[in-house]
Amino acid sequence: MSALLDPRAPRSLLAADEAVLSRAEAERVVQTVVSLRQLDGVAVAIRAGRTRNLRFAANQLSTAGVTEDAQATITAIDGKRRASVTTNDLTREGLERAVRKAEAIARLAPEDPEAMPLLGAQQYREVPAAWDEATASLDAAAAIDAARSALAPARTGKTLEVAGFLLVSGSATVLGNSAGLFAYHRGSRANYTITARTADGTGSGWASDDAVAWGKLDFAATSARAIDKSLRSRNPVAIEPGRYTVVLEPTAVGDLVSLLGRYFQARAADEGRSPFSKRGGGNRVGEQVVSPLVTLASDPADPAVLAAPFDGEGLPLARQAWIDKGVLRTLQLSRAWAARTGGTPTGGASSLLLAGGTEPLDRLIAGTQRGILVTRLWYLREVDPRTALHTGLTRDGTFLIENGKVTKSIKNMRFNESPLFLLNNVEALGPAVRVGDGDGGPVTVMPSLRARDFSFTSLSDAV
Amino acid sequence: MTTTRRDFLATSALAAGALALGAPGELRALAPAPAGARTPPTMDAAVRALLLHALDEARRAGASWADVRIQRVQRQSIATRERQVLGVSDDDTIGCGVRVLVDGCWGFSATPRLTTDGVARAARDAVATAKAGRGARDRAVTLAPAPVVADGRWSSGFTIDPFTVPIADKVALALAANAAALAVPTVRFAGTTMSFVKEERNYANTDGTVTVQEVVRSWTPMSITAVSADRTDFAVRDAVVQPTGRGWEAVLETKLAESARRWGEEAAEKLTAKPVEPGRYDLLLHPSNLGLTIHESVAHPTEVDRAFGYEANYAGTSFVAPPDKVLGALRFGSELMTIVGDRSQPGGCATIGWDDDGVAPERFTIIDKGTFVDYQTTREQASWLADWYAKRGMPVRSHGCSYADSWSSVAFQRMPNVSLLPGAKDLTWDDMVAATDRGIAILGRGSYSIDQQRYNAQFGGALAYEIKGGKITGQLRDVAYVIRTPDFWRSLDLIGGQRSYELFATFADGKGQPGQVNAVSHGCPPSRFRQATIINTGRKA
Repeated sequence: MSALLDPRAPRSLLAADEAVLSRAEAERVVQTVVSLRQLDGVAVAIRAGRTRNLRFAANQLSTAGVTEDAQATITAIDGKRRASVTTNDLTREGLERAVRKAEAIARLAPEDPEAMPLLGAQQYREVPAAWDEATASLDAAAAIDAARSALAPARTGKTLEVAGFLLVSGSATVLGNSAGLFAYHRGSRANYTITARTADGTGSGWASDDAVAWGKLDFAATSARAIDKSLRSRNPVAIEPGRYTVVLEPTAVGDLVSLLGRYFQARAADEGRSPFSKRGGGNRVGEQVVSPLVTLASDPADPAVLAAPFDGEGLPLARQAWIDKGVLRTLQLSRAWAARTGGTPTGGASSLLLAGGTEPLDRLIAGTQRGILVTRLWYLREVDPRTALHTGLTRDGTFLIENGKVTKSIKNMRFNESPLFLLNNVEALGPAVRVGDGDGGPVTVMPSLRARDFSFTSLSDAV
Repeated sequence: MTTTRRDFLATSALAAGALALGAPGELRALAPAPAGARTPPTMDAAVRALLLHALDEARRAGASWADVRIQRVQRQSIATRERQVLGVSDDDTIGCGVRVLVDGCWGFSATPRLTTDGVARAARDAVATAKAGRGARDRAVTLAPAPVVADGRWSSGFTIDPFTVPIADKVALALAANAAALAVPTVRFAGTTMSFVKEERNYANTDGTVTVQEVVRSWTPMSITAVSADRTDFAVRDAVVQPTGRGWEAVLETKLAESARRWGEEAAEKLTAKPVEPGRYDLLLHPSNLGLTIHESVAHPTEVDRAFGYEANYAGTSFVAPPDKVLGALRFGSELMTIVGDRSQPGGCATIGWDDDGVAPERFTIIDKGTFVDYQTTREQASWLADWYAKRGMPVRSHGCSYADSWSSVAFQRMPNVSLLPGAKDLTWDDMVAATDRGIAILGRGSYSIDQQRYNAQFGGALAYEIKGGKITGQLRDVAYVIRTPDFWRSLDLIGGQRSYELFATFADGKGQPGQVNAVSHGCPPSRFRQATIINTGRKA
């Protein structure tokens, strides 16, 4: 590190006051890496960004911070051998060290029989609306003002405890290689999540808002929604676990349906170890796998998504339907597996959109004779990879519906259920909305929905 | 010896020997170095200068207290499946995080720019963030006192630095393990990953504490899949190797290549095992399974920040609350249950010389013969329990549980190694099987899920066996146990002795917003729980 204290040390290729790499800076880094190559090929992936976060809990501000970083992963290619090295030293000297190290490892790595040649130049649809400058450079005072939307009412009444999290980020994603590929995407994101708990410990409510631009978030309304739900969920009663009709809010739908992304791998299906494996070999593409009401797709350019128009391999991403009216249309084909099976590579599922219907939440509830209204789900873990069965629990607002009306707050329950079974049992869907749960993960666009026979298996005392 | 970027250039990138790229060597050539403590690292003078400069700048900008971490994290991963190497990756990131208190309000800023200007700017940004927040806080943060450590140097207990072992040797071992598993007829897939972490943690705070530490962790997970001939069914055997806070010597001790055939046979047997009949059974849990149950149902709910509502928006709160009602009063488990927290435990994944508040960890009792007596704390949190400590005649001191997973993350409370002490009787796993009439034995971690207050949990396992008349009669599949935490721990009726105690560990425990990951170990003996609820998780629709 002493080298970096030397005023003569090489300057970073990044401008000192810009955490989020510009396109010109990105091109310079890629060109530098390519010019340093001594083997057959080199590829670089860069992720650079700035995030500001603020937490509050127990009606107090807790921690707040701002973080900047830029990391480059350099992959050296020597025939069918390759190796990757990641560094956050983006000086010319640092990049050279990383290239040399990657090449040294690649020379000694075993040959990968499935190694694909580097992807050449591609055409991408730009997604300029993914970037909001004000969000990427938001200051601390603005975040604290937003937190007051929850702290102020909680402190006034003395009957509530609020805990929340604000996360704003600006980031650039860059891919480049010695075969001419160059991909650049810049995105911003603002997310607010809040949990309100009643002081007696019997009620808890959660709400969130997520957008590309900070200015689009409605803090007051989101805080109010969580507070209202905490009050309505007080003193829950136990009901017997079993199979129930459920009305899931969009967050709960996203919690379960986004799990499907990992099962869309064609290779695992073809190898006989996936819910989409076909008896006797092959996969279930072309088969009806869920209800005809269900269409599930990825689309980075959708106005509710606005994500990078390329995947980690550099493949352009357009709208890609995985399930269309209940029929499995395609599974995700990597370049290597596509080459082996004679298919066309699809690119990854970087976003998931479940097509909505026409029934708003109140109509979904009104159409339910007896069922359970669920705000969100928690701690989902795979139980059986053969069926995508997962377990998890309801959380922060679970209610009984009787004769089309929400009648009482009920205790949380554990379920053992598969998103595939859920989507097979769908009866009606609401309008789809952007869902963000505060972990900075891929954007999902989900409707509320009503489905029958959801399997709750045990009661929880947790509030 | 610590590594600066300049050293790294000199010794690693251009010198193949130091980069560990040599030709495949005989594994026996890698015998552990002579016994004896590893020489702790020495802090680079330039790093010390940066740390002190950042502290000065924070004070100048208005901080009443500050600390700075300059941290380097190296990660190496070699992923294989069957006869193929999927990827070799080597990560190395360095940066600086500055944390400040201004009028009792926190601020934090992190930068990869390790120059005097870079760290000074981070210090000023942290102070600006803290100042902006003052108006939204009405209780000031106070830190419990901690002894000043002027020149602390520490190294975790490894004998062979995994980053000095040739990549070719790691590849050879992984492929040999895959090949051994694939020799079992129905085993069609086998994957082994070699995963290593090395951290250099340089720390200074305005109390005058300055420490440098070197930490190594190793993990070589393996997953083996048996597939039925008609491709209608498959079974996975994984969770075969525990992560460890040790080096390559621990990898050699796991005897991957020698054991993989047996693990493959276990996958094959699982494929045709009979489904479990749901009901109540005496449940015998191996340390490789029980460790995760301790992690979820004991270690998380005894984190003090959860009890006070600080994690309510994500990880959740705790049933072990409110503190003034449960400390010394909550009957958490049976008399056989004594739980300790200990970040000084040799080989533990959470083991450290000083935590990220500059506190030397100590072993402390969390549950004493079934009664809850203490929480996991940091310097900020110890004062929250001042009344309880006064009642017990204990000083208000942190238990050393402050941790940040990167230079770019703010430190907060993370669990120490939280372990169940062995029983007084010298019972082994076999003794405990023999003592069980109608039961189920579970080994290895499986599916796991627990609610946000840590009452209701459901755990699977890597392998489940039926016990009848004191004997294991064969594997069962689709087994999970469902617990209500205090009821479950009160049903603990048989516990193994010191000889049967093992360390379970996880490389990736998540908590906080933004999410942070830590590695942690949980020691325990095999333990039996009376009349546990068992469900069958196999479903077709």
